[in-house]
Amino acid sequence: MTPTVSGQDVPREALLRSMKRLRRLEEAIAERYPEGRMRCPVHLSIGQEAVSAAVGLALHPEDLAVSGHRAHTHYLAKGGSMPRLVAEIYGKQSGCSRGKGGSMHLVDEAAGFKGSTAIVGGTIPVGTGLGLSLATRGSPQVACVFFGDAAVEEGVFFESVNFAAIRRLPVLYLCENNFYSVYSPLRVRQPEGRRIHEMVAGLGLSAAYGDGNDPELVYQMTGDALASIRSGAGPVFLEFTTYRYREHCGPNFDNDLGYRTEAEFLERRSADPVETYEMRLLESGVVTRESLATMDAAIAAEVADAFAFAEASPFPDRSEAFSDLYVGEDGA
Amino acid sequence: MEIDERILCFGLGVDDPKRIFGTTAGLVERFGPRRVFDMPTSEAAMTGVAIGASLDGARCLMTHQRLDFFLLTLDQIVNNAAKWRYMFGGQAAPVRIVVRLILGRGWGQGPTHSQNLQAWFAHIPGLKVVMPASPADAKGLLLSALFDDNPVLFLEHRWLHQMQGELPEGDHRVPIGKAAVVAEGSDLTIVTMSSMTVETLHALPALQEAGISAEVIDLRSIRPLDLDTVLASVRKTGRLLAVDTASPVCSVASEIVATAACECFDRLEGPPRRLALPDFPVPTSPALTDGFYPRAEQIAVAAAGMLGRTVDVAEIVASRTSPHDVPGDWFKGPF
Ligand SMILES: Cc1ncc(C[n+]2csc(CCOP(=O)(O)OP(=O)(O)O)c2C)c(N)n1
Repeated sequence: MTPTVSGQDVPREALLRSMKRLRRLEEAIAERYPEGRMRCPVHLSIGQEAVSAAVGLALHPEDLAVSGHRAHTHYLAKGGSMPRLVAEIYGKQSGCSRGKGGSMHLVDEAAGFKGSTAIVGGTIPVGTGLGLSLATRGSPQVACVFFGDAAVEEGVFFESVNFAAIRRLPVLYLCENNFYSVYSPLRVRQPEGRRIHEMVAGLGLSAAYGDGNDPELVYQMTGDALASIRSGAGPVFLEFTTYRYREHCGPNFDNDLGYRTEAEFLERRSADPVETYEMRLLESGVVTRESLATMDAAIAAEVADAFAFAEASPFPDRSEAFSDLYVGEDGA
Repeated sequence: MEIDERILCFGLGVDDPKRIFGTTAGLVERFGPRRVFDMPTSEAAMTGVAIGASLDGARCLMTHQRLDFFLLTLDQIVNNAAKWRYMFGGQAAPVRIVVRLILGRGWGQGPTHSQNLQAWFAHIPGLKVVMPASPADAKGLLLSALFDDNPVLFLEHRWLHQMQGELPEGDHRVPIGKAAVVAEGSDLTIVTMSSMTVETLHALPALQEAGISAEVIDLRSIRPLDLDTVLASVRKTGRLLAVDTASPVCSVASEIVATAACECFDRLEGPPRRLALPDFPVPTSPALTDGFYPRAEQIAVAAAGMLGRTVDVAEIVASRTSPHDVPGDWFKGPF
């Protein structure tokens, strides 16, 4: 599949707004995390917003999605509730998983976000199963599975993709390649010179690659992939390169650990997707300084409201730990 | 690794900057990347690889930062490692692998990062399962596991990583399958493991205060299970409290209680009891984990209750300086 970046139908302002919204929320989580009131691990996507924002906009609201441990931005971009996300990280009753799940286990059925879980690769077959059901009932919806470069090392990835290819399931496999798995670089996990999408193409499905810092490219490629999937052509695998700025888990910068060089970080940071795109839209007149200020203020207010909601929400009662195990037995 | 150059150590992050919570610090520097190395995120395959390497004489030490990640490998462990010797009539090469499984708890580790599944593993004939509670036992059991010719699962509780204690020098080995009587007593037997051993020891002063003399047995090995030590103690005290780090159904505590009921029913002066986690997954919210894990005060209350007595746990409760969901004040997240 060749990407077509005409720029014609790209909702540029919406793309920028979505990226800035994801960035602002995650920066706020990072800022407030040291207060010790978000008492769970957090895996931030700061630096990786272009992919989430663009895929989130390209997907239809009725499409389905699942993700892994680094899911805040996938969840939000798919239409998940920001206040309920923050409340979940705070462990509150109003959280999207009612305090049971924490930042790694998010759900918003109304938004078609069917769940994220923390075991690497764990939701790849689940997303494939969503595709199976959609195909069986002839639905035009698509199931999108978000995962990282490490997840393609798990056997379950190959098993799932193989099945989707055989059955031509309506699944979009969305790989964000940020080059690291915790502190392990690609070089110790995959052979030199491998290009993940090329390997996957060998499994018998359409696979393509793009720069995950370019939201318009991601939007176009995802849109094309979704159109192809909806036409019945079978699953598509998209790989986007991207980069996380903060530590694997937690709010800090960790270049001092030495698993990646400061020079590499600075080089990647200089291609920041949010800032670059903002400049691009300013220069091309799609947004103005004034419209940006309005946009920023609205986002800041939304984020502040989400935190206020989370902080004001009550904790679940202790007895809640003992609910939700089986369908039909609660309150018993 | 000095004793045997055929020992290999691998697992996600064994040579990364954090070195598995510091537990593999210095290893790669000392033994080189041929013997100490990171691996792909491919737990199932790498376990099979370890089995294969061991069939050719290597001894493999694998590490998982959470027990939960190891679940992907169950086919290799259960169908291959555990049965290799038996299914070839004892004629195949030995499977010499040790798998370190770290147990998470607290700070929102939640349902997929905090499971205590030792009873599952112990259920499989052909596996050995150990759970040290003290630094000396951690060293002694790890060395024994490494030089055992059978697959051994080594379960270490994250909250014990910061523990300090006497460490015997040199080639100190603790035999697998031998429990330790860590406190002698005459009124009841408390059988426990891993972090619950530490909680139980914290419960002892309050029990003593109440005039209760508890014998505490740290199992150390979950399979083989040292039932002789357990039964001898129960015969002496007549009462049994089995404390588990896992949920109660089909647990190690269940096995201990069942064995005591079968083997020395006539010596029991009251019903044995299990004290375990709730029969639910572990939630994430700090509001929901508060009180979820039994601690010293619950152990003291349960033990005293079995003797029809009450116990003052105010001092234990007052001694807690850090929030319930962290192993110490130093812990500020995120792991
Ligand atoms: C099966 C399994 N193995 C290991 C882990 C520990 N772990 C959590 S996130 C992660 C990194 C995954 O990297 P990648 O899939 O590339 O996503 P990224 O964190 O880079 O977004 C690892 C190894 C896990 N959660 N599950």
